[in-house]
Amino acid sequence: MNLSQAIEIASCTDPGIVRSHNEDSIAADASKGLVVLADGMGGYNAGEVASGMATTVITTELQHLLEDNPPYRADPLNGRPYAERMLREQIEKANTSIFQAAQSQPQYAGMGTTLVAAVFYDNRVLIAHIGDSRVYRLRDEVFEQITKDHSLLQEQIDSGMITPEQARFSQNKNLVTRALGIDPTVEPEIREYDTRPGDVWLLCSDGLNDMVTDEDIGLTVQTLSANLKLAAQQLVQMANDNGGRDNVSVILVRVLRDFSVPRGWVSRLFGWLR
Amino acid sequence: MAKLILSMDGLVLKEITLTKERTTIGRKPHNDIQIDNLAVSGEHAVIVTILNDSFLEDLGSTNGTLVNGQPIKKHFLQNADVIELGKYKLKYISDAPAAAKGQQDFEKTMVIRPGAMPKAGAPVAGPGPLQPMGTMSSSQGMPTMSPPPATPGSPAAGAPQPMPILNAQSQPQPAMASSQPMASGRVASIQILSGANAGKEMELTKALTTLGKPGVQVAVITRRPQGYFITHVEGANFPIVNGKSLDAQAHALNDHDVLELAGVKMEFFFKT
Repeated sequence: MNLSQAIEIASCTDPGIVRSHNEDSIAADASKGLVVLADGMGGYNAGEVASGMATTVITTELQHLLEDNPPYRADPLNGRPYAERMLREQIEKANTSIFQAAQSQPQYAGMGTTLVAAVFYDNRVLIAHIGDSRVYRLRDEVFEQITKDHSLLQEQIDSGMITPEQARFSQNKNLVTRALGIDPTVEPEIREYDTRPGDVWLLCSDGLNDMVTDEDIGLTVQTLSANLKLAAQQLVQMANDNGGRDNVSVILVRVLRDFSVPRGWVSRLFGWLR
Repeated sequence: MAKLILSMDGLVLKEITLTKERTTIGRKPHNDIQIDNLAVSGEHAVIVTILNDSFLEDLGSTNGTLVNGQPIKKHFLQNADVIELGKYKLKYISDAPAAAKGQQDFEKTMVIRPGAMPKAGAPVAGPGPLQPMGTMSSSQGMPTMSPPPATPGSPAAGAPQPMPILNAQSQPQPAMASSQPMASGRVASIQILSGANAGKEMELTKALTTLGKPGVQVAVITRRPQGYFITHVEGANFPIVNGKSLDAQAHALNDHDVLELAGVKMEFFFKT
């Protein structure tokens, strides 16, 4: 099923004002309903290598797999959508590749990356994330954060040590508790959400949400959702206007129309004839 | 390292560096900061320090603990906070600005092992095996498997680096800029010159303001440190500024520019 008529994708990535190179990496395929964003870390160019490996491995492998395997089909093992297994397996694969490269090549030692990946199918979206890259959703004028960071700060908020308001002033913003490629195995957080026409999904690296308030991000996505490309550029520009202390990446996905899988023989026949 | 300056009646008595995870304050001698005064409880309060953040907690003291004049139970200390216990004052100085000198690598994202996480409420263990991602060239000696969680009190054996983390990210975080500080100092307005709404004025205080009719023609005015800019959002026609049609690029607005959108004329001007 080709989703390029059902979803629109715009993205933008920028090194920011302070950093000389961009350790973020993004990939998107509208026809497969696939978006991936990674924020690499590690010395020299290792961060770019890690995030680049993550997006490349996951995107190319999933593009291939989605060609032959309907993502909405139930997995005989657990009844979950097949997409979940595919995504989990490819994340593990990317983890192994990065981990092995880091082990075997001294210049890549210790590299790793955050990850957020989303697969759209059958009026649903499957979101996997690791670390502090985020997903937000705009639906009916409500803009909210969907993923919860795997970070020290989030744990402090959860345990009640810090309120979300105080968190803005914390010095410990940049400590993630999970990352891809630093251990032999990784546990991504994978969840499925329904999605409706009109929804706008935002994937971003912490360079955006550390520099721009959620309120301003929401305002931008909402007012500029008619021009997704401009919205993506505007978000990056706002992060840079506020200091641009980190690489900034955003991917916006707007659901244009219903993309449910035809069910029942009439609609299936109709779908087949289409 | 952050520090506390103990004083009474404006007289500085002592300077204490917060090196420990838990720094206790009280009248009894076993406290890290002993204040021998009857207004201070035996175990009065504790400061828990996790990396660069310090939290003050009152331990159910008789006379209470004030921060900047307000009674608190638990408080996330900010630079220059003044803690009061009876007549004694403790000023909290976070050292972040000093340590940041010459630091280029601040704020790089790093991984902290889950096992190293101090649990809230529980006594805080050592900083644990933190793993700064940037400085790992000497990682041959690194454990490749996740190290076991550091148990409280035990020295974090096998921890890769003791605490490089303090330097690596001690740049003071500016309060996240909201739309106000990020925007240019002068506020501008739009006054509608023609059509049904002629005469109406709108202040451009937000980071973004859209103009026009959705589905027909929409433009957005963005408020940036450099000033105000207008950009085309949707519709077949582009906005017209001073009689000239724009292209898809953002266009800087000057005082008394006349804009035309969806057949409506309006004037952009700075408020005095």
